[in-house]
Amino acid sequence: MGVGITVERLNAFYGKTQALFDINISVLANHATALIGPSGCGKSTFIRCLNRMHETIPEARVEGTVRIGDFSVYNGTSATQLRRRVGMVFQKANPFPTMSIYDNVAAGLKLNGFRKRKELNEIVERSLRSSALFDEVKDFLHKKSGASLSGGQQQRLCIARALAVQPEVLLMDEPCSALDPISTGKIEELIFQLKEQYTIVIVTHNMQQAARVAEFTGFFLLGKMIEFDKTEKVFTNPSDKRTEDYVTGRFG
Amino acid sequence: MRTRFQQQMEELREKLLRMGGLAELAVDRACQAYTERDLTRCQLVLENESLINAAEREIDELAFDILATQQPAAVDLRFILAVTKINADLERVGDQAVNIAERVMDMIELPAVELPVDIPRMATAVSAMVRRALESFVEGKAELAQAVLEMDHVVDRMRDEAFIVLVRRMNEEPQVTQQALDALLVARNLERVADHSTNIAEDVIFWVLGADVRHHAQSVSAAPAPRSESAH
Amino acid sequence: MTGLAVLTVILVLLPLGAIFAYLVYKGIGSIDLAFLTQTPRPVGEAGGGMANAIVGSAVILAIASLMGVPLGIGAGIFLSEYGRNRYGDAVRFVSDVLNGVPSIVIGIVAYGLVVVRQKHFSALAGGVALAIMMVPTIARTTEQMLLLVPQAIREAAYGLGVSRWSTTLSITLRTATSGVITGVMLAFARVAGETAPLLFTAFGNQFWNRDINQPTAALSLQIYTYALSPFDDWHRQAWAGSLVLIVLIVGAVAAVRIVVRHGKLAGA
Repeated sequence: MGVGITVERLNAFYGKTQALFDINISVLANHATALIGPSGCGKSTFIRCLNRMHETIPEARVEGTVRIGDFSVYNGTSATQLRRRVGMVFQKANPFPTMSIYDNVAAGLKLNGFRKRKELNEIVERSLRSSALFDEVKDFLHKKSGASLSGGQQQRLCIARALAVQPEVLLMDEPCSALDPISTGKIEELIFQLKEQYTIVIVTHNMQQAARVAEFTGFFLLGKMIEFDKTEKVFTNPSDKRTEDYVTGRFG
Repeated sequence: MRTRFQQQMEELREKLLRMGGLAELAVDRACQAYTERDLTRCQLVLENESLINAAEREIDELAFDILATQQPAAVDLRFILAVTKINADLERVGDQAVNIAERVMDMIELPAVELPVDIPRMATAVSAMVRRALESFVEGKAELAQAVLEMDHVVDRMRDEAFIVLVRRMNEEPQVTQQALDALLVARNLERVADHSTNIAEDVIFWVLGADVRHHAQSVSAAPAPRSESAH
Repeated sequence: MTGLAVLTVILVLLPLGAIFAYLVYKGIGSIDLAFLTQTPRPVGEAGGGMANAIVGSAVILAIASLMGVPLGIGAGIFLSEYGRNRYGDAVRFVSDVLNGVPSIVIGIVAYGLVVVRQKHFSALAGGVALAIMMVPTIARTTEQMLLLVPQAIREAAYGLGVSRWSTTLSITLRTATSGVITGVMLAFARVAGETAPLLFTAFGNQFWNRDINQPTAALSLQIYTYALSPFDDWHRQAWAGSLVLIVLIVGAVAAVRIVVRHGKLAGA
């Protein structure tokens, strides 16, 4: 089951540059929340703060609190522990090219020491079914590498891989921006189903996508969160003029 | 940004304004024809009806095109929805003007009769409503639209009064029934024009404020504060 | 344009082919079972072989690989994953310098480090010298191959909650495996034919040797000694030895390539 995310007074820095200013957000459990905004507005930085991936960049620093469910992201939990509870899917599908499809999905578990064959088989199948990929690859799970699939399939493989470690939250950073409309449609369909079990935060450039999949939408601009409300309100009658200008295409 | 989109929206706005002008003119002409028992004016109204109908088709086509190709959102989306509705109301206004003109053409064949009902005054009020509704669209001002909503009560009362007075007259003097009936029908047509103007005003409020005030769902004062810039 | 390209390829392959052809021409006649299984005869006597040199070379190269490959790959991992800074630049500089040091100097260094301490020549010392020569090549190619692995792959692993070290070994290195092996093979092939470093370390041996702490024969040394000698028979054997050396090196590289390809998945 998914959990809610609470962010309070989050400020993020890269060295001396401040990337996020005083972000306050409550993400509802088992809902999809979309983050929109022009390039460089901080939405990707924000989502990476949720699973501490921003720490892979040197001199990255964060102030404020982030709580996922009942535990605090920045006090106490190690980054690797955290990332097993908060999964991430990236903009460009990045399956491990030298591993088979099976090994790709099992990677998160195997690399953390889990080796029981029978359970692994079950988990791999379940994850591939959850990401609507099982039927397409079941005949060559061990024979073909992760990189031999099409773009849309690769992304679904990455989703399966993220789901295999059974996170509570799934972060998606522009997951469909490199995909054709049909693959995009399949993944959007997936997000709809995944909402029942996970809390999903999706960063997207495509406003129509945000409108299609998310119940809530947050608009970021220059590192600040300008508006956060139900999606239909943001797209039919936003409260802030800046949101309206962005959503109607007057800038960005 | 989005030059083509802005151009299309501007085109839509202008087309609607032109159509509004045609409808307003038709109503004014029909009312003048009544007051002056003028056949020529009646004929003009009937001839120009096709222009109004053609405009309705064009506007619907353009709005549909924009919706399909530009994915308008927020205020732009509301604008287009409002335009398609105002479009329909304006076309009905044109129809009502034609009805009035036809009534007048009937009336002219009969001897003139003094009736205790002031159609010209009602016509002035209704004409003002149409004008103000179109003004509120041009300016994008919800206050002007709200004023139109209030004027509707006055016109309704006028119609009810006319009904009572004319029915009494018809009972007292059956020989003037035809003329009285014509006057009654014209009054009703005018009241319908007033209703359509009210609809237009409600659609303007929806576009500008994002509030649905139809069927008295919500008064304007409770709606969110208007913003400084509108869709054009 | 294509014609020009083909021409240049031929021009480059021509010397290689010529050398090989000449080696075969000069040496094939002298390779027989005796050559491959017997030790050298005393001076003046005809016959005998280089069996001990072949085995000796293998032993020395094995020792060198055991030391040089892990060290080189480790250095490569450091440079690519943890050394994108001035400290890493210093290591890179030192590695490049070491690469340029003449092989005889490295031999002398190994002599000073190992032979003088042990007070005798040995295969171990020879292995040390060759290992020192392998490390810079392996380190640099490993670094380059690891850098070629897209950052997205590492991020995918981090996102799954895999630790940095585990990611480096199990994901990054694994993705770059074939490139790293190529680097190792390159280094191997280069040192397999080195003679100078072995002069004062392995020293050479006319007899079988089972102890790595004793002077050991090596093909390159044997060829060197025989080629400089005044004996025709030894010259003949030198040609044969050269051919054997080349064949063994090419064979080793090819064998590794085949094994690696066999382990690859469809589409990887």
